[in-house]
Amino acid sequence: MSENNSVVTENLVKQFGGQATEFAGEISVMIAVEKFADAARAIHDEFKFDLMSSMTAVDYWPEENPRFHLVYRFTSIANRQSLNVRVPIAAYAPTAPTLETIYHNANWQEREVFDMFGIQFLGHSDMRRILMPHDWEGHPLRKDYPLGYEEPQFSFNFDEIDVRKPYAKNRRGE
Amino acid sequence: MAQIEEVTLDGMTHLVSDRALQGETMLLNMGPQHPSTHGVLRLLLELDGETVLAAIPDIGFLHTGVEKNMEAKTYQKAEVMTDRLDYMNTVGNNLAYCLAVEKLIGLDVPLRAQALRVILAELKRISSHMVWLGTSALDLAAMSDFMYCFREREMILDILELVSGQRMMTTYIRPGGVWRDVPVEFEAAVRNLLKILPNRIDQYESLLTKNPLFIDRTVGIGKISAEDAVNWGLTGATLRGSGVNYDLRKFAPYSGYEQYDFEVPVRIEGDVRARYLVRIAEMRQSIRIIQQALDKLPMGPVRSNNYKFVPPPRSEIGNSMEALIHHFKYWTEGFNAPKGSVYSAVESPRGELGVYLESDGGPKPFRVHFRTPSFDNLQVLPVLAKGFLVADLVAIIGSVDIVLGDIDR
Amino acid sequence: MGLEQKLGNMGVVTARLEDLVNWSRTNAMWPMLFGLACCAIEMMSAQAANYDMSRFGMELMRPSPRQSDLMIVAGRVSRKMAPVLRRLYDQMPDPKWVIAMGDCASCGGVFNNYAVVQGVDEVVPVDVYVAGCPPRPEALIHGVITLHEKVRREKMKDWA
Repeated sequence: MSENNSVVTENLVKQFGGQATEFAGEISVMIAVEKFADAARAIHDEFKFDLMSSMTAVDYWPEENPRFHLVYRFTSIANRQSLNVRVPIAAYAPTAPTLETIYHNANWQEREVFDMFGIQFLGHSDMRRILMPHDWEGHPLRKDYPLGYEEPQFSFNFDEIDVRKPYAKNRRGE
Repeated sequence: MAQIEEVTLDGMTHLVSDRALQGETMLLNMGPQHPSTHGVLRLLLELDGETVLAAIPDIGFLHTGVEKNMEAKTYQKAEVMTDRLDYMNTVGNNLAYCLAVEKLIGLDVPLRAQALRVILAELKRISSHMVWLGTSALDLAAMSDFMYCFREREMILDILELVSGQRMMTTYIRPGGVWRDVPVEFEAAVRNLLKILPNRIDQYESLLTKNPLFIDRTVGIGKISAEDAVNWGLTGATLRGSGVNYDLRKFAPYSGYEQYDFEVPVRIEGDVRARYLVRIAEMRQSIRIIQQALDKLPMGPVRSNNYKFVPPPRSEIGNSMEALIHHFKYWTEGFNAPKGSVYSAVESPRGELGVYLESDGGPKPFRVHFRTPSFDNLQVLPVLAKGFLVADLVAIIGSVDIVLGDIDR
Repeated sequence: MGLEQKLGNMGVVTARLEDLVNWSRTNAMWPMLFGLACCAIEMMSAQAANYDMSRFGMELMRPSPRQSDLMIVAGRVSRKMAPVLRRLYDQMPDPKWVIAMGDCASCGGVFNNYAVVQGVDEVVPVDVYVAGCPPRPEALIHGVITLHEKVRREKMKDWA
């Protein structure tokens, strides 16, 4: 499987630039964001990778350039191959082209990346939050967003935390 | 009209047609609390009489922030959270995460542990399909199947409790192998279960498969073609019901699956009944796999002996100084993984469950992402349900087999 | 005492009003289907044939809040779901009780982060907490019986 894969990665690197790295027996190709829309079209049509298995993003704060890496994984069912692609995105321009017209399941995946990281996808039909409430502020999976950890109540600080905890009342106010 | 916009539409105005906003067609909220949505799923339906014109899913009511929470814990302590994602397939979630960790750090797994992993994963697959059958049949008003399926499921949960002490969230599969060896009653209990299961599956089928009411309600409903299914990213029984033979146990075998002889059931019609038949056939194939794995179960250790990544046995701590130091460092600091990223996937009852794990050289995962099958499987619901009745929508949701913990993570 | 001796032969029983009303409330308490996550599966197991809950009169799980007395919050409540939960609680008619099933509903459970409400008693007032992750069906039934005992002890001046 990795012999076929290296042919595909060589072709990709030749056509669209970028570098290929290997870790734990798998090859990832890094492609610049400007060439990525054409590369995705080629991956689907020419190289016949018809299933987009997974799409996600990683935040490398406090590095500014690149701050995010978009990570894609494409699978070709007929040829029994998989391909990993990484797209670096800078902090001052967090945008990327949408793959919605090529792979339809990118619709929700890109909405989730927008919700969690704040990366806008240009050309998307419905760019709004999907997992958080629609009026939430902030993008939770960024590294500068706090975890929201609440201090647990042990016996020595039980009363102090009890005072601050908002208990609910029922309708009659008890 | 302005009042309807504020309360129900929540920013989704651009997705419903103008006819709805003017009041010609009805907007109905199949809300987060509903007996047939299999979890907290909100569907905004646009109805013309009883016919569904658009079904827009609104998810996120069970969002738990697992991915961010796992970044704050070490690798072995974060595994506890993986159980709670797809709570019908807890063993499979552990397996996917452990395979990713082992690929990242380059750890070997002994053969006995691999066989035990296969047995437990297939048992959990059967139990998940039983819950699917029970709840989908309950939605179509066949209540006896619900009671029958849960009766057998109790037997499977008893076996899991025998092995790990917990019925559902076992965390039995750990990086390097499994937690500890199975007790002596395990083999007899599993063989007893395998003896009666084929008969019981026949019993479930006899109620539904040739029933004219069931056939009327499921044939021709919710069809999708093969290329559309692949383009929408469907995996699992939803894809195999449309004719595409993609099963990760055969595509990229893991944990010793290549040595077992089993078939992958595929049907071409693409409707609700095809997916039902595929899952029933999968239950029978799982019984075959467990039978072979149990017959070939090799003797040997059940966890790797690389004590940098696996805690040493308690008996050695009193005798050897290195074991004590390994034990201390393992439980306080955790082990350091090399810098890099991996992706590893398993076949869950719902489809391809993948884990993307990236490490920056420290003891905590830098980024964990779960590629969950129900997330992509639910995306296709508006396409499947268009033009059918509301009652068919219930059958379609049942056949896609979603678990909201999987979707919302 | 004397009244019962005289009336006992005619097939009449006397008791306090409090006892009678509390007894009738416990014997047919209808739960509302509020299964959110993994605890919902154990709730369904408790409903099924092995650990039958219909022997307590609870086989009818009403999906509608208007027809139920008991809300078993089974599973983790996320921030998006909390207003929905409160609205459903307000729609239930009195008398109503709440069981917080599982660790996530009692105190936030394994998840201590931005997305999960740390204990459902921040949203609705809770009567019984059942611990476990997920609690066994027998533990849930023990919680239900504890609630029954609590209802039996209610006094007339506290009634809705």
